[in-house]
Amino acid sequence: MVPKRCSRGRDRAAPSRGRAARVLRRAFATACLLWLSQAAAIAPEIVRDLASDDGDARDKAITTLVAGGDPRALTLLEAWRNGNARRDASERVLLVDGDAAVDAATGAAVTPVPADLDELTINNRVRRELDSAINALRLSSADVGTRMAAAKALSGDADGVALPAITTALAKETDPGIKASLTLTSASIQLASGNRDTRMAAVRTLADSDHEATRTLLQRLLARNGAAFVEPDEAIRAEASKSLRVVESRLARGDLVARVFSGISLGSVLLLAALGLAITYGLMGVINMAHGELMMIGAYATYVVQGFFRSHAPGAFDLYLVVAVPVAFAVSAVVGMALERTVIRHLYGRPLETLLATWGLSLILIQAVRTVFGAQNVQVENPSWMGGGVEVMTGIVLPWSRIVIAVFAGAVLLAIFLVLTRTRLGLFVRSVTQNRAMAGALGVPTARVDMLAFGLGSGLAGLAGCALSQIGNVGPDLGQSYIVDSFMVVVLGGVGQLAGTVSAALGLGIVNKFLEAWSGAVLAKIAVLVFIILFIQKRPQGLFAFKGRTVEA
Amino acid sequence: MTPVDAIRFDEAAAERPSAEASTTGIAGGTGVRPVAVRARPMVLADAVLRLPRGVLYGVAAFVLLVVFPVGNLLMPADSALHVSDYAVTLGGKVMCYAIVALAMDLIWGYTGILSLGHGLFFALGGYAMGMYLMRSIGAEGVYHSELPDFMVFLDWKAYPWYWRYTEHFWYAATLVVLVPGILACVFGYFAFRSRIKGVYLSIITQALTYAAMLLFFRNDTGFGGNNGFTDFKRILGYPITAPATRIVLFCVTAATLLAGIALCRVLVASKLGRVLTAIRDAESRVMFSGYNPVHFKLFVWTLSAIMCGIAGALYVPQVGIINPGEMSPANSIEIAIWTAVGGRGTLIGPVFGAAAVNLGKSWFTQALPEYWLYALGLVFVVVTLYFPRGIAALWPRREPQR
Repeated sequence: MVPKRCSRGRDRAAPSRGRAARVLRRAFATACLLWLSQAAAIAPEIVRDLASDDGDARDKAITTLVAGGDPRALTLLEAWRNGNARRDASERVLLVDGDAAVDAATGAAVTPVPADLDELTINNRVRRELDSAINALRLSSADVGTRMAAAKALSGDADGVALPAITTALAKETDPGIKASLTLTSASIQLASGNRDTRMAAVRTLADSDHEATRTLLQRLLARNGAAFVEPDEAIRAEASKSLRVVESRLARGDLVARVFSGISLGSVLLLAALGLAITYGLMGVINMAHGELMMIGAYATYVVQGFFRSHAPGAFDLYLVVAVPVAFAVSAVVGMALERTVIRHLYGRPLETLLATWGLSLILIQAVRTVFGAQNVQVENPSWMGGGVEVMTGIVLPWSRIVIAVFAGAVLLAIFLVLTRTRLGLFVRSVTQNRAMAGALGVPTARVDMLAFGLGSGLAGLAGCALSQIGNVGPDLGQSYIVDSFMVVVLGGVGQLAGTVSAALGLGIVNKFLEAWSGAVLAKIAVLVFIILFIQKRPQGLFAFKGRTVEA
Repeated sequence: MTPVDAIRFDEAAAERPSAEASTTGIAGGTGVRPVAVRARPMVLADAVLRLPRGVLYGVAAFVLLVVFPVGNLLMPADSALHVSDYAVTLGGKVMCYAIVALAMDLIWGYTGILSLGHGLFFALGGYAMGMYLMRSIGAEGVYHSELPDFMVFLDWKAYPWYWRYTEHFWYAATLVVLVPGILACVFGYFAFRSRIKGVYLSIITQALTYAAMLLFFRNDTGFGGNNGFTDFKRILGYPITAPATRIVLFCVTAATLLAGIALCRVLVASKLGRVLTAIRDAESRVMFSGYNPVHFKLFVWTLSAIMCGIAGALYVPQVGIINPGEMSPANSIEIAIWTAVGGRGTLIGPVFGAAAVNLGKSWFTQALPEYWLYALGLVFVVVTLYFPRGIAALWPRREPQR
């Protein structure tokens, strides 16, 4: 009686009894466990069946174990799942852990570990059953998190062996989230039930599901198996197609959320890549084909900082981005300013030549990085707080890294806006943009401003590279894949205005992702490019943003 | 105006590769003071070619159409006059590139439109020819099917509609001209009509070739995906790898190149050519003088694209492969640098520029593969900074003597 009480006895129907009661219960549960570890828990014949090669006997044994809800069973099944359950010549099942072994049936330690042991059979069917059984047993855990994880793992495609445990767990579960999840899981298992009413109820219940697998289950129910339907009962089929419609519309809504998010995410990456260009090209009129390579340098700077933290301060590894962001900015800005001083400065006013020269520079930078770091991609590891994501619906996880980058893009945008409108440098940059000669006459050091503005644009490229290193491969060709896209953003957004760049980047990102779902990634990209070409037919003003009363050359 | 600006404008005017001394006065159209007019090297280069031009053409034609074939086919391998197969293939390839550089020169050097999409027209011509070559493989492919191997692989049962009639050489040859021509015409019409020019046009053309590259990389497009076309067996019934076939292709390429140069010379020396240079130097003025620049630009743009298409069609049987990599933006930019190295605004310069860069490339990729990108990058920077007139500027100054 006592072991039974231990596993099931906590009365979850009354959570309002207060902390004291809960503490008491937990203490009691611990005591039970202690007692258990010395008790013989599992009937020997069940263990024998588990070890047998007869599949049906094995299934039955597992079902009995799960139905018993015995914690020892969990240990046994987990050991089996991990390949630590062995069987000796006398049909005894031993749980081996390194040098120690425990008899699964009696719980007694076996020393020494016998020499000739067979591993218990594990094939795909067994593995599926075991997963379901283990998770079903975990449903009776005291910890809400464990129960939740188990319920999650069971949802989708649980094996029939889990049904009794799920039913028991449902009866006492108090957490509404877990309860809802379990209801759906048991319904999806009951779809295969022989009882018509059970199936009908299950089909009705499944209308509440937001799980991808439910759609498959319902579709399978509606499919034909030769001439006959899989589901013989007409009423159930009607109900199933109704449920299917509800589930599908729910899934479509989730899809929409996911797509908008990935569009915003792509848009924020494009925005980061294009912001620097908006400065160098939009404000200064310099076509910098090496912009992508400055991004690449920013990404490699992040890689170096990450490596430094890994070898010198592994404890603070999670904080490496705090250092990497300014470093990436600084390195790219310095490289950019060097390029400006040595090459680009001589080419102001000759955009076509600038284009060719900066392309040459980009080739040199690519090869230089190949020489230093090798042609292979390098691994940049995310800090741990960037791993995982927020689950907004079942199966739709918004990764933290993407969220962080979107926020980062917003922050960078704000910073640029402030720099351009609130600082002395910004004032100078704008004045030189509007009327270089007049600005010079009023004492603005135009050459210096050119250099600093170019450095700012390059530094932004470095920031973009730092962000990209968190979501993609870092290799010498990183920049090449973004350069066409980011120029498109600037061209579409119009020259010399941040608002245009922002809307173009986000718009392109979202449109791209929606087209992608409709026509595939490559065609989507082509469609977007064709759209841009057509768009600038209609609105060449987007291209020719005359500043003041200048006239084209 | 600050001194800095004055210098800048001077540079802008001085670097403009103008064959017309009279136009330098309004260079840039910004109304800055005229730059001193002095004899320009490319005028000299032009002059060098003026009197003995027939002779020069004759020499070039003799070398390409007689010395190469005889040296390759008739001379024994140990003879000093022997021309190796490698040299023939490389020479043929370089001449194809030279035609492209010439086409680029027409549109960039003379009309001032820098296209970063000429690789697309080149590849389209190549694909059109490649379709014929694929059809003439017949059933000798790996799968012994009438369909090309990649279609068998995709489990296609019949040719898609756009492959129809490509088994006829003359139809494919028409496609070589029509596909790049029509695409260029349509694209150019829209682009020039809305007065997209300068770097905007460059960027848009780059996007165009990039989009086409993505399209051709797809297997479903029906052009072999990223493998493209290869393993050709014969052309017009002749085995494609036979020395005689190769030398015929070489000679056809050489003749096309010479004809292209002649055509361009007629063109730029004509009144039309004058208008083109005028558009390059001061488009607004051309407009105010009553010309519609759109028509002129569109004509020369389309002509240039067709020349690229023909070059591509000659390139594919000689090199034996065409794939979407030819459409990558990097390739198109390289075309611009061939022209720049040779000297914009001269006709013979780009031919030598294409030869110099590509021979350099084959040498580097064999001897020092690591350093080729450094060298190419440096060429880009150094030529734009210090040698805006390219190789043609080194042409001997012989005009005063004559």
